Amino acid sequence: MSATVVNNITFKQVFLSKRVLLLKIVIHLMSFLPLFALYFLAFSDQLGADPVKEVIHFTGIGAFNLLLISLLLTPIAKKYRQGYLLQTRRLLGLYSFTYALMHLLSFLAFEVQFDFALFLGEIIERPYITVGMAALIILLSLAVTSLNTIKRKMGKSWQKLHNWVYVASLLIALHFLWSVKSEIIEPGIYIIITVFLLNLRRDKIKRWFKNK
Amino acid sequence: MLIKTIKSSDISEQQVTDENLYHSRRSVLKQLGFLGAGSLLAQSANAAPLDFFSSKKDVVFQQRALNFQKASESSEILTPEAKVTSHNNFYEFGTAKGDPVENAQEFKVNPWQLKISGEVDKPYTLGYDDLFSSFPLEERIYRLRCVEAWSMVIPWIGFPLAEIIKKAAPNSRAKYVAFETLYDPEQMPGQKSRRIGGGIKYPYVEGLRIDEAMNPLTLMSVGLYGKTLPAQNGAPIRLVVPWKYGFKSIKSIVGIKLVEKQPPTTWNILAAREYGFYANVNPAVDHPRWSQASERRLTTGGLLARNRIATLPFNGYGEEVAEMYKGMDLRKYY
Repeated sequence: MSATVVNNITFKQVFLSKRVLLLKIVIHLMSFLPLFALYFLAFSDQLGADPVKEVIHFTGIGAFNLLLISLLLTPIAKKYRQGYLLQTRRLLGLYSFTYALMHLLSFLAFEVQFDFALFLGEIIERPYITVGMAALIILLSLAVTSLNTIKRKMGKSWQKLHNWVYVASLLIALHFLWSVKSEIIEPGIYIIITVFLLNLRRDKIKRWFKNK
Repeated sequence: MLIKTIKSSDISEQQVTDENLYHSRRSVLKQLGFLGAGSLLAQSANAAPLDFFSSKKDVVFQQRALNFQKASESSEILTPEAKVTSHNNFYEFGTAKGDPVENAQEFKVNPWQLKISGEVDKPYTLGYDDLFSSFPLEERIYRLRCVEAWSMVIPWIGFPLAEIIKKAAPNSRAKYVAFETLYDPEQMPGQKSRRIGGGIKYPYVEGLRIDEAMNPLTLMSVGLYGKTLPAQNGAPIRLVVPWKYGFKSIKSIVGIKLVEKQPPTTWNILAAREYGFYANVNPAVDHPRWSQASERRLTTGGLLARNRIATLPFNGYGEEVAEMYKGMDLRKYY
């Protein structure tokens, strides 16, 4: 009996000490596997009549989901005193960027099929694509500055730059709303969630505006 | 006839994805993962990750073979039947392209009543069997260009709309034709729930000018690929106007009314700036949110299919229909 108890304690200790790693593994699996399966099914024409549309919608909504989850972590970590959760934000953010990048690349490669004039024309002329592109540029600048060495070098300006994630989340919500034909309920719910998550940080955002 | 034909293009059986495999792809995706993958909402009324554990609905909408005059061979590559019947804009059964095939299997079309009325001397009603026996059925292979910039090539079976109208003896006040889809919220979940039906006004209504309606190209379709229409494609009878964007081709019609004034049309009511009454396929007039200069032709080949092609004025049917719009500013009457 005593051996079992010892084992239990050991297991719990191992779990607690490795929980960030375990969480990261879960995030990797749940982000990477769907993306892999998506492109596998799409390339082999097993993704419905229009795999291009499926791929673009899936990566777009996936990027937004991941970004919202990353924005949810800070309030949860604060409220329930689970500081270790904050260590997974960067991974979620990077996956959100990856999905968003695949979203744009799929639009270029499979929707407009490397017609660069059409590609640039659509980005400039269609407001919903323009705001989506603006959001992607923000996510790109956050992704490339996410390395620890760069973060240290940037000092205080790093946080200022990364506050732009709030702007990006609003732009993505708008991009989603403007992209639909008539079914505004789903983007409407996303907007409510986004505003809710930003409202939790209203003090921080107010300070950010004052210091500008 | 009006359909230009060059050479055979029938696709062979082995090119077509097995139907069961094909229909399972959405559930495969849904079961895969939820972080990046799952939308925060299930995408359709009865789709959920846990579908995996529940037994599938076994009611299947019944189709039967039709007798008809076959179309002469077409030079165009047909869109496979599995794609034609699983990629549908039929908001009465859900807004996602795959919703109608999932939600319409229990749709009851027999008995059916199609009323022809309005500015006519002899109004009449067609019952379900009349739809298939009143007029000789013929096959027509048409391009279908959706306003969303994708297109298909579909072997429809039906008869000219002109036949149905002539039989009712329209009078001189008959300047337009108004169409109406069935309104039955019990059977059509999109009419019952705003979330499923995308917030458009029901019943779905459409309209044509009388000369457009009488044009020999304008087809009342009761079937495709040799059989009666699947529910998700607009059974038991739908309109097909091949030189106009797909939303003009109203499905599951219960009313055809000859009228004097231009009738209201569903998408025009919802967003007049984006969807006009005429809705002729026109590469020179963009949708406010995307280019209409080219389209993606859905056939086979998956993600790597190089299927973007130039969109033709009147969807390539200009020879037969352009005359009707002579002198009209097609930028204004889009």
